Amino acid sequence: MYLSELTKLPGVSGNENCVRSFIKEKVEPFCDRIEIDSIGNLLAFKKGYMDTGKTLMLCAHMDEVGLIVSRITEEGFLKFKTVGGIDPRVLVSKRVLVGNKQLPGVIGRKAIHLLSADERKQAPKVKELYVDIGAKNKKDAEKRVAVGDYIAFASRTVTFGDNLMKAKALDDRVGCSVMLELLKEPCPWDLCFAFTVQEEVGLRGAKVCAKRVKPDLALVLEGTTCSDTPGTDVSGVSTRLGGGAALSLIDGATVYNRELVLKLHKLATDAGVTVQFKQTATGGNDAGAIHLASGGVPTVSVSIPARYIHSPSSVISLSDYEAVRETARLLMQEVDNV
Amino acid sequence: MFELLEKLCMTPGPSGCEKQIRELIEKEISPFVDSVETDVMGNLIAHKKGNGKKLMFAAHMDEIGLIATCHGEKGQVYVAGLGGVDPYASLYQRVQFLNGAQGVVAPDGKADLLKDLKLGQLYVDVGAKCEEEAKELVAVGEAGVFVGDFYEQNGCVISKAMDNRVGCFVLMEAIRRMKKHQNDLYFVFTTSEEVGLRGAKTSVHTVEPDYAVVLDVTRAGDIPSAEKVALEMKKGVVIKVMDRGFIAHPIVNDRMVTLCKERNILYQMAALANGATDAGAIHLSGGGVPTGCIAFPLRYMHTTGETVAKSDIENAIDLTTVLIEEGII
Repeated sequence: MYLSELTKLPGVSGNENCVRSFIKEKVEPFCDRIEIDSIGNLLAFKKGYMDTGKTLMLCAHMDEVGLIVSRITEEGFLKFKTVGGIDPRVLVSKRVLVGNKQLPGVIGRKAIHLLSADERKQAPKVKELYVDIGAKNKKDAEKRVAVGDYIAFASRTVTFGDNLMKAKALDDRVGCSVMLELLKEPCPWDLCFAFTVQEEVGLRGAKVCAKRVKPDLALVLEGTTCSDTPGTDVSGVSTRLGGGAALSLIDGATVYNRELVLKLHKLATDAGVTVQFKQTATGGNDAGAIHLASGGVPTVSVSIPARYIHSPSSVISLSDYEAVRETARLLMQEVDNV
Repeated sequence: MFELLEKLCMTPGPSGCEKQIRELIEKEISPFVDSVETDVMGNLIAHKKGNGKKLMFAAHMDEIGLIATCHGEKGQVYVAGLGGVDPYASLYQRVQFLNGAQGVVAPDGKADLLKDLKLGQLYVDVGAKCEEEAKELVAVGEAGVFVGDFYEQNGCVISKAMDNRVGCFVLMEAIRRMKKHQNDLYFVFTTSEEVGLRGAKTSVHTVEPDYAVVLDVTRAGDIPSAEKVALEMKKGVVIKVMDRGFIAHPIVNDRMVTLCKERNILYQMAALANGATDAGAIHLSGGGVPTGCIAFPLRYMHTTGETVAKSDIENAIDLTTVLIEEGII
């Protein structure tokens, strides 16, 4: 399993190169053909063991949420913008790595005792934050950083508790890792393993690749929200950690084909794989772009529940990881019967 | 004639779950077209062969609805909206799920009924005593529609799902009435319009039309709560010049205006800042498709009291029929 290695790589949307290179090296021995398309998606094609003329596309996005340098102040601090959906409340005091040289920095904000009463009541705004790279001044900072450099979270990947893992970028390196594990899995249909870019900024890589691949069925492997934590009403609990692979029936971007999802649910349940339905209707993933590509593509999403998603410390259960992988494996084996 | 409209309105078809309504439409139009097929997104695409340019008519057949997302300990069925569901309009309405189960939309303990009511604070009471019983009746992912019967009065028809069964009805009537045609015709009954024009995106890609005309409802401007637009009930079929999602192409609009004048069909032009239809997706597909929109003034959109004037519907049928018969050359 490459999950631990994958989560350590920086890959903020638009800057997926490190992740792509890593994946390319791993898929090359097992695929017939590899393409990197104009937007940066890595497409690995493999013939099926039958001659059906049909293609199953597995899809996971390589990019992660992060930051980008927008300005360097006279004092040498880095102002930034967010890339993808980030709650500014998770940013203060977090460690980051800036640019391709992985320069360490820390996110700062005006100290609590200097905040006005009103400011204290409000969540921090991105424009109030900055990255401190320890530079003396602007000139000093400019020697090492340029406007447009990407900033990724710095976060150790650790296992803890009841078979859990904490890391950054689990959304969606889990999907990438699962696909790498399934490269050798036999499938009657032709396969395309699509590692997409720029999901976090609007499913952009998927839009391009779905039109290119024209699959007959698509399986999106994703990370999804998991708020099975204190303070959440029952109607807000989307998935449960350890509850298994989460199948989506609806989200903000897709109304899934219910019959297809129920078939996959049954396939998994019958094989003893733990699955759950995602129980909220919000969010969205590459399926939103794929199912509408060209004349339409039947699409299912299988996700891993991730607590504190889009933060430097997201948490998954490794048993859920296995459930996602096994559900995907079953679909590959039984693709003719769903 | 309006019995068919009633049947269309009473047949459930929330976004993404249009099987029943699609089957009804297919049965009704099959005798009058050369072929009918259903695509991946569930769009019903009917073809009437012709020699001229490809002209596509599109009417969405989905309606707004609810979908079960999870259950509460006391047997609550929590739901999310399929399309633009107004929590206030939903409160205490009856819901019919596609499996036949019914329930009432009720507020949970945290709902403030006077301010900022959210769909997440509402649940459907299906009369279940506990979570297990509720799950048995309505599983996660089960979709439903609001209950609201069909009534005719004083030249108006009132029902749930008038958005956009009126469009389907007008197109179906025109298909039935056409005596000749000029264009290579595609009649598309689209899916998932209410959740983002989704069926239109894929079907227009398949059809690749030269011209397109969308049939959909539009908010009437002649009630006290309406924004100020010149758009009144019983003043004729609406030819849209623009809405939030598209600007009509002059080739299509000029043709429709000319035909209305020639045949003395009562019509009104509308330029709107809000509202969007399948035209928004269709006119931007491929290298672009010259597109127009035939609309019908509707009061109380996305409620069970959607009201439309019969005369406007008849004007729309006349325009659609003559557009099919005379074509866009």
